[in-house]
Amino acid sequence: MELLERFAAGDVEAFEALFRQHQCEVYRWIVRVVRDRAIAEDLTIETFWRMYRAHARFDAARGNCRGWLRRIATNAALDHLRRTRREVPLPDDPADAPKAPAAERSELRQTILSAMNRLSPRLRVAVVLALIEEEPYDAIAEALGISVSAVKVRVFRGVRILRKELSASGVRA
Amino acid sequence: MNDREINELKNLLKEALPPMRDSHPGRDLWPATLERLAAPPPGMPWWDWLLMAGASGTILFVPGVIPALLYHL
Repeated sequence: MELLERFAAGDVEAFEALFRQHQCEVYRWIVRVVRDRAIAEDLTIETFWRMYRAHARFDAARGNCRGWLRRIATNAALDHLRRTRREVPLPDDPADAPKAPAAERSELRQTILSAMNRLSPRLRVAVVLALIEEEPYDAIAEALGISVSAVKVRVFRGVRILRKELSASGVRA
Repeated sequence: MNDREINELKNLLKEALPPMRDSHPGRDLWPATLERLAAPPPGMPWWDWLLMAGASGTILFVPGVIPALLYHL
């Protein structure tokens, strides 16, 4: 029996094989959305947990495990952003922090982080993936389960809100 | 809003939040996933039950609130 069929039947060994195949990719996708490595690890576990619980609903004949997983991962990340919207001001990873620590630059950075944090999670995810990570619109659409034009609308709305917020803070964007 | 303005914003955002490429998990996540699978599924918290009971009671005794509830859903 094929790996995907075995997984759909609930075989844990097949699940482990799929986990090994896809864990890095799922993690990389989530870390781009939540921008925190420890949280991305937890959400990767959550994603595979959700995947296994839904094994009976997986259509092995269609075989699009990657797309399905990415969708689950995006939903897990969105759920996390919704839960922590008021608590976490978009954590910035020290390993990826800009190298020039000038006070002005740091202040600008904080202003941008605050403006991003005020976006709704669904707009924030679209903006981060499209503008910062430069993911293709069709990949974002597949991950969010919406059309490409809906992604473009979300990015446009997010950009408009961000520009407004940044202008109000005296940043020319 | 034109492409130039979007690109300016994109550059600002990328400066504040650099793209996170080539990341890998810092540990093997399989043992934790297995542990999670073995754990019993989380039950519904007591306040959700309370909320559901309250909503059901309200609908039962004051059916006039149904349109308002539907509107807010």
